[in-house]
Amino acid sequence: MSKLRNYLDKIKPNFEEGGKLQAFRSVYDGMETFLYTPKTTSAPSGAVHIHDSIDSKRTMIIVVCALLPCFLFGMYNTGYQHWLAAGATEFPFWELMIYGFLTILPRVAVAYIVGLGIEFTFAQIKKEEIQEGFLVTGILVPMICPAEIPLWMLAVAVAFAVIFAKEVFGGTGYNVLNVALVTRAFLFFAYPAQMSGDKVYVATNAPFGYGEALADGFSCATPLGQIATQSGPSIEFTGIGGNIISTWDAFIGLIPGSFGETSTLCILIGAIILLAAGIASWRIILSVIAGGLFMGWIANIFATPLYPASYVPAVDQLLLGGFAFAAVFMATDPVTAARTTTGKYIYGFLIGAIAIVIRTYNTGYPEGAMLAVLLMNCFAPLIDYCVVQANMRRRTNRLKAKTSQQ
Amino acid sequence: MANKSVFFNPFSKDNPVIVQILGICSVLAVTAKLEPAIVMGLSVIAVLAFSNVIISLIRNTIPTNIRIIVQLVVVAGLVVIVSQLLQAYAYDVSKQLSVFIGLIITNCILMGRLEAFAMANRPWPSFLDGVGNGIGYTIILVIVGFFRELLGSGTLLGFQIVPQCFYEAGYVNNGLMILPPMALVLVACIIWVHRSFNKDLQEKQ
Repeated sequence: MSKLRNYLDKIKPNFEEGGKLQAFRSVYDGMETFLYTPKTTSAPSGAVHIHDSIDSKRTMIIVVCALLPCFLFGMYNTGYQHWLAAGATEFPFWELMIYGFLTILPRVAVAYIVGLGIEFTFAQIKKEEIQEGFLVTGILVPMICPAEIPLWMLAVAVAFAVIFAKEVFGGTGYNVLNVALVTRAFLFFAYPAQMSGDKVYVATNAPFGYGEALADGFSCATPLGQIATQSGPSIEFTGIGGNIISTWDAFIGLIPGSFGETSTLCILIGAIILLAAGIASWRIILSVIAGGLFMGWIANIFATPLYPASYVPAVDQLLLGGFAFAAVFMATDPVTAARTTTGKYIYGFLIGAIAIVIRTYNTGYPEGAMLAVLLMNCFAPLIDYCVVQANMRRRTNRLKAKTSQQ
Repeated sequence: MANKSVFFNPFSKDNPVIVQILGICSVLAVTAKLEPAIVMGLSVIAVLAFSNVIISLIRNTIPTNIRIIVQLVVVAGLVVIVSQLLQAYAYDVSKQLSVFIGLIITNCILMGRLEAFAMANRPWPSFLDGVGNGIGYTIILVIVGFFRELLGSGTLLGFQIVPQCFYEAGYVNNGLMILPPMALVLVACIIWVHRSFNKDLQEKQ
C-alpha cells in the first residue's frame, strides 16, 4: 500500500497551483481522499480532534456495497427474463450473468461518465473539492431504469438531474430532491414510451453481439403494469409464457421489472448491510413499510373494480415494483430525508402510504414509489420544522409551568 | 429618465420576466409551441402600450382610492378588444391560447407598469415603457417557446425541423418539454445565463 501512497505523493506537485495538470486538481484530490483518509483536519494546530474513519466517501462506498446483491441479482434476472422470452428451457447461470452484465455495463458507464464529468467540471470551476455524492447515484440510476434504456436518454437525464437537482442547489449535501429519482422522473415524463408499458422491461437485444436478439414487438408487462387490464377480486399476475407469479416469486424477484428493483430478498440483504453499518435509518425503513401496509390494508377494505390495484394484498404491494427498493435505498438518503427522530417516522409513513395511494387510485401511474419519495423530499424540511417547533413549544410550556409554581 | 433607456432597459437589465420575475404563469402556460407564444407576446405588447397611454392620460383625474379598479377597467376593455380581434382574424391561435388572452388582465406585468410608471409619467414615455416591457416579455416567451417546440415536438411554427432520419436512428421528442415544469426550468436557465453576463444583477452573498 505504501507504494501507492508514494506514487500519489510523487505526482502531487503536478496538480497543485501552477503545475502542468492543474486543470485536473479536483480529480486528483478526489482520488487521493478516496484512497486515503485525508491528513488535514478542521483545526490546523492546537486543538485536539478525534476523527472517526467514516466520512461521506466511506459512507457512499458502503451504500454501493449494499447495492451489490441487488445489482448481481439484476444481472441474473435480466439474463433470465431474456432466456425465458427466447423460449429456453434451461438457464445456464454464467451465460445469464454475462448477458445481464453486458446489457447493464454501458448504462453504468454512461451514468458515471456523464455524472462524474459534470461534478468534476463544477468542482473545478468553483475551486472546490470534488463531491463524492455521485458515487452512489451513478449505480442507483441504471438500477431503477429498464435494463435496455437507450444510452443517450440516460445521458440526458443524468445531466439534467445532476445539474438541476444538485449542482444549482450547491452540490452534494444541499440537494432537496433525491438525484437518482430525479433522473428517473425525468426519463419517466420525457420519454414515457421507453419507461413504461409492456415492451421495455424485458431485454431483447444482443449486447455486444452476445446472445441472440429477439423479434421486435416482444412484450411482457411488469406485474404492476398488468393490473390495469384486470378486474375482479382475484388478481393474477403472469410472467413470460403465462406462468403465474406467486408472492414467493415476487419476493425472490425473478419477474420483469427495472434492473435492480425486482428482488425483495436482495434488497433485504442490502438493508441489513446498511443497518449494520449504521448508515440508513431503521426508523425510516420501518415506517415506510408500515405506511405501505396500512394503506394497502385500507385499499383492500374498500376494494372496488374501478381501481383493480385495490384488490392486491397489502403484502404483495410491498413486494412488487420499486416499493422495497425505494424504502431501503431512496427514502433513507440522509440528505433528502427528514432529520428529526419523530420527523423520520412521519416522513417514512407518508412515503409508504402515498406510494400505495398513487399505485392504487391513479390508474395513469402503475408505480408510485418514485413520486411518493420525491414528494416527501419536498416536505421533509417542513416536517422537521414542525417537529422542532412543537418540541420548543412543549419545553417552553414546561418551563412556564415550573416558574409559575415557584 | 431618458426615453431611450425607458424603451430599451426592459429588454435586458430590467426585463419584466427574468429580472422582475413577473408574468411567469403565462410564460409557463402558452409557450409549448412557438406560434401561440408569439401571438401572446404581441397581444401583451398591444394591451400594455395602450393601457399605459390611457392611464397616463387620465392619471391626474383618477381618485387614488379607486385607481386599481380604474386600471383594471381599462385593461379589461383592451383585453376584450384583443380577444375579439384574435377570434375574428386568427381563430385557431385564439383557440390554442384559450383563456390566457383573457388572463392578460391578471398579468402582473400590466399592473406593475401601470402602478410604477404610467401613474407618474406623461403619455409618450408611458407608451415607450409599455412597448419596451411588452417586447422584453415577448423575447423571453419566444426563447422559451423556441426550445420547447423544437425539443418537445421537433417542429418550429408547425414545420418539421428535426429530420426523419434522427427519429429512425432512435431520437425521441422530449415529452417533458411539453409539460409546464420544463418551461420553469428553461426560464431558470435564461436567468442563469443572463445573470452570469450581468454581474451587477447578482445578489450579494
